[in-house]
Amino acid sequence: MRAETFRGYRRADGRVGVRNHVVILPVDDISNAAAEAVARVIHGVLPLPHAYGRLQFGEDLELFFRTMIGTGANPNVAACVVIGIEPNWTQRIAEGIARTGKPVEAFWIEGHGDLRTIERAGRAAQRLLQQASELVREPCHVRELYVSAKCGESDTTTGLASCPAVGEVFDHLDSLGATMSFGETSELTGAEEICASRAATPEVAQEFLRIFRAYNDFILSHGVNLLGSQPTEGNIRGGLTTIEEKALGNLQKIGRRCRLVGCLKPAESPRGPGLWFMDTSSAAAEAVTLWAASGAVVHLFPTGQGNTIGNPIVPVIKITGNPATARSMSEHIDVDVSGLLQREYTLEEAGDRVWEMMIRVCDGRLTCAETLGHREFVLTRLYPSA
Amino acid sequence: MIHFVVHGRSDTVGVIVTEQVAPGERLSGWNLETGESLEAVAAQAIPLGHKIALRRIAPGEAVLKYNMPIGKATREIAPGEHVHTHNLRSARW
Repeated sequence: MRAETFRGYRRADGRVGVRNHVVILPVDDISNAAAEAVARVIHGVLPLPHAYGRLQFGEDLELFFRTMIGTGANPNVAACVVIGIEPNWTQRIAEGIARTGKPVEAFWIEGHGDLRTIERAGRAAQRLLQQASELVREPCHVRELYVSAKCGESDTTTGLASCPAVGEVFDHLDSLGATMSFGETSELTGAEEICASRAATPEVAQEFLRIFRAYNDFILSHGVNLLGSQPTEGNIRGGLTTIEEKALGNLQKIGRRCRLVGCLKPAESPRGPGLWFMDTSSAAAEAVTLWAASGAVVHLFPTGQGNTIGNPIVPVIKITGNPATARSMSEHIDVDVSGLLQREYTLEEAGDRVWEMMIRVCDGRLTCAETLGHREFVLTRLYPSA
Repeated sequence: MIHFVVHGRSDTVGVIVTEQVAPGERLSGWNLETGESLEAVAAQAIPLGHKIALRRIAPGEAVLKYNMPIGKATREIAPGEHVHTHNLRSARW
């Protein structure tokens, strides 16, 4: 019997979070120092330094704003302090986050300098942190969850055990009315027709194939292919030979019954419950950052050879079907489903294990990645800055 | 002890799920789709997670896993042989 309730944080916009972070969000690379300084004096806030935010333009700039605003708006974030070099972009991001109804304060460094900004932002961060510390978890239903999934350092056990176990969870979440997302556009090569056949309508299938082919054309337009990158060296060491083999294993994550209801741009929020495809990189930190920005509150991460990735605001639950990895990298593995390969239990029971851990993590249990300090916050770029 | 697992009923390869199998070792396996128990003999040492040929595969023939083509054999592959980058290549790139 799988539990259908957990204790989460209900936010002003009605969405439910499983963490209660107060984020210090730098708008640009040159505001990282001030944001990190605030976090050194106010203990318990979470700074999110990153490498970009200057002279981006066009679609790349839109993705940047969507990622920044979405990160601050994520239901795992209780409140946010935004620090940028100048007022316009800083206020644009702060106002975007404030539309969720959560407390947000914005500071810019020009005309003040780092030190005065750190003091003013620090006082705001202290007040917001104390307010957030008084919020309490309340009963929530799993239908209120938005769960993302991608795998990494995959091997053949990923397709045999850890991805199908996540697929079990996705099918069950779907039947209860939750929201799920998967992506990894390049990593569906060889399984794209199967993926399209899972679409709820012909329009969704066409939209998915349009996105998939556009990426394939982009690769070919550079006169290259992904041999040597897809599969990765780690994948090959783990026994995966070709991209088709990797893709067919990857796709086990979306279960057997749930239908694809729509496609999302990177960092775009789902427009309703059900299974959504997001156009993402297959690089773990970039992809999970995009899902976090789209509002996902917990991430299921099957791994074969042992990926270490975490995210600052979203707990990342690692699942492995590789018995050697479960042993050699035990501090990274939240759920071991390797017994499935030896027929010690069924796929449904492997799904039970993942489900139980997901509920415990939503209730507040720290993941392996959280305890190890894995806070990979990596922005996706579409093209170079001006 | 289960040494290998096969995804689909028409697959021509299985996956080794024990730490290592030795040349000539008699292997027990099962098919995830049919539930059927299977046997094979390893033609060479094959590590955990790597593939074993379940039958002869001709040069240029599609290798099947998940009942789907995962690439083409670049040379003849004998039953029980290790199947990997030395004898299987993507048909996509």
